[in-house]
Amino acid sequence: MAMTLKELAIKKPVALDLYRKMVLIRRFEEKASEMYGRAKIGGFLHLYIGEEAVAVGTIPPLEPRDYIVTHYREHGHALARGLETRRIMAELFGKATGTSKGKGGSMHLFDASKGFMGGYAIVGAMMPIATGLALASNYRDEGRICLCIFGDGAVNEGEFHESFNLAALWNLPVLFLLENNGFGMGTSVKRAHAGKEMCHLADAFGIPSEMVDGMDVLAVREAAIRAINHVRSGKGPFFLEAITYRFRGHSMADPVAYRDKEEEQEWKRRDPVVTFRRELLQSRAASEENIAKIEHSVDEEIAEAVAFADASPNPAHDEMFKDIYRE
Amino acid sequence: MPELTYREAIRETLREALNNDNRVFLMGEDIGAYGGAYGVTQGLLAEFGEQRVKDSPIAESVLVGAGIGAAMGGLRPIVELMTINFSLLASDQIVNAAAKMLFMSGGQITVPLIIRTVSGGGNQLGASHSQCLEGWYAQVPGLKVVSPSTPYDACGLLRSAVAEETPVMFVEHSLLYNFRGPVPDEYYTVPIGEADVKRVGSDVTIVAHLRMVHVALQAAEELAEEGIEAEVVDLRSLRPLDTDTINESVMKTNRAVVVEEGWKTGGFGAEVVSSIMEHSFDYLDAPVARVAGQEVPMPYNRDLEQAAIPRPGDVVAAVKSLV
Repeated sequence: MAMTLKELAIKKPVALDLYRKMVLIRRFEEKASEMYGRAKIGGFLHLYIGEEAVAVGTIPPLEPRDYIVTHYREHGHALARGLETRRIMAELFGKATGTSKGKGGSMHLFDASKGFMGGYAIVGAMMPIATGLALASNYRDEGRICLCIFGDGAVNEGEFHESFNLAALWNLPVLFLLENNGFGMGTSVKRAHAGKEMCHLADAFGIPSEMVDGMDVLAVREAAIRAINHVRSGKGPFFLEAITYRFRGHSMADPVAYRDKEEEQEWKRRDPVVTFRRELLQSRAASEENIAKIEHSVDEEIAEAVAFADASPNPAHDEMFKDIYRE
Repeated sequence: MPELTYREAIRETLREALNNDNRVFLMGEDIGAYGGAYGVTQGLLAEFGEQRVKDSPIAESVLVGAGIGAAMGGLRPIVELMTINFSLLASDQIVNAAAKMLFMSGGQITVPLIIRTVSGGGNQLGASHSQCLEGWYAQVPGLKVVSPSTPYDACGLLRSAVAEETPVMFVEHSLLYNFRGPVPDEYYTVPIGEADVKRVGSDVTIVAHLRMVHVALQAAEELAEEGIEAEVVDLRSLRPLDTDTINESVMKTNRAVVVEEGWKTGGFGAEVVSSIMEHSFDYLDAPVARVAGQEVPMPYNRDLEQAAIPRPGDVVAAVKSLV
C-alpha cells in the first residue's frame, strides 16, 4: 500500500467518488457480460474487470478540457471520464441512442464533448493520434494534455517507438499510460517482449517514467497527478506504467486456458475494488452505510442503463450511409 | 494566362493555404530544410517557419497519425508522404483511423487532413519505389482520392481539398512535376469528383488519370493523323468517381479504352470498365479494352522499365483493335 488516505490528504467525498467509479465499472462490466450471454451485445466484448484502479486513478485528475485516446478495452475509461452510462450501454446494444449511434460498438466509444477521442481497436493505433492531439494543443497554445492509454501488446508495435520519439522530439504534452496486464491477448508479456521493465523503454527517448501498482487506486492517483503536473508544466511527455491484471479472458470468447490458475487467484486476492473498500472502512473514510448507499446507487444506474438501452430503437437503415463524408 | 509547372502550382497553392488559414500547417519527411524530395515545398520553411512547416522523422505511421490527431484537435494539416510506396507504413492510420473516424464516432469527429503523395514509376527506382497504389485507397469509403494531371487541376483540386472536412489523398506523379501549363491568376477551384474531358473526339473514349492522361493525349494525336478522333477523359478524382462524364463520353463515341499505369488485376481501370458495362452496355460497338502496367514488380533496367509502363503506342494499338 503506497499511501494511506490521510497521507494523501484526500478528501472524503473524493475517496467515495473514486470508490463509486470503481464499483460502477465493475458492475457495468458484470452486467455487460450478462447481456452478452443473452445476445443483447454482439461482436467482441473486452471486459475491464480487475483493472478498475488504473482508469479511476488516472482519469479523474485530468481537466475537462484534456483529451483521452485509448484502446478497445475502454468501457472503464469512458465511465471514469463521465460518459453517460446509459449511452455507453446503448452503444454496446448497437442502439441509435448509443455514443456513436450504434455504429461504433464496444471497441469504438467516443464523446468529443468530453475530450474522449476514441477507443481504437488496432493495437498501438491510438499512439500517433495522441501525439497529434497534443501537437494541436501546443500549436494553439491551449494547455490541454492528452492521456494516451495502451496495453502491453502495443509496446512491441512500431507506433509505440514512433510516437515516443515524436512526442519527446517535439516536447508534446502526452501522458503515455501503459496498462500492463501481463498478456497481449493470450500471450504472456514474458513470451512477447525481450526487455525487462517496459517503463525503462522511455529512457531511450529521455522521457521520464514511473511504474505503479495498478491494483491500488490511491497509488495510481498519486502517480498520475505527478505525471499530469509534469506534462502540463510544458516539460514534454511522461510514461506511466501501471501493473495490473484482467480477471476475465481477453474477450468473451476466451476460456483463458493459457493462464496459471494460482496466478489468477493471487491477483484476485488483490482485487482493487475489494481492497479499496476495505481500506475505506478501516481508515474510517467511509462507513458500511456509505458503502451500501454507493453500491445501491450504482446498481440503480446500471439497471436504468440496461432498461434505456433495451428500450432504445435500432438505428434507421439509412443511418449506415451517414457520417461517411461531412460536406 | 500565366504558366506554372505542376510543382509550382502545388507549391503556390500550399503557400496560399498557409497564408489564408493559421490552422493549416505542413508536415513531412524532408519538406523543410531539404525542400522536399521533389522540391515541391522549396522555400516554404524560410517563409513560414518551423511551426507551420515541420520536418518529421522518417516514421510514416506517426506522421500520418499525428496529422489525424492534429486534425481532430482543430487544425488542418497537410501531410506529405514522400511516395505512395511509403504510405503502406501508414496504411493502418489512413484506412482504419482517418477514413473511419467520422463514422465510428457517430458523426462527432471530422478529420480535415490532406495527404499529399507521389505515385508511379519511370525514374528507375526499382520495384519498391515505383508503384501506383492510389486505386487501393480509392476503394475505401470515408476517403477522397484525387490525382491531378495538369498544373491547373493540381491547383484547383488542392484548393478544394483544403476546404474539405474529410481526409483527402492527393496523389501526384513524379514525372509531371516539370510539366508546364496555364494557371489563371483569378481564383478558381476544381471540384473533387468531377472528371474532365481533356480532348474532344467522336470515335473512341480513352479514360485515364494522372500521367496516363498525357500518354492518352499523345496517343490521340497519333490516332488523329490516321483519321481517328479520340476523346480523352481525365478522371481527376478516383473517389468519388464521376461516372456520368465517363458514360456520357462512351455513349457518344461507342468505344472505350481504359488506361492506367498500375497493374491490371484488380486495378482501378476495372472499376471504370464496370461502370461502362453497367451504364453504357447498349451503346458499345466493341468490347471495352484495357491498357495497364505489366503485371511485374517494376524492373530497374531502363528498357525493361519503359516496357512495363504503358506507352502511347500501347494505347494506339488498343484503340485500333476496336475501330
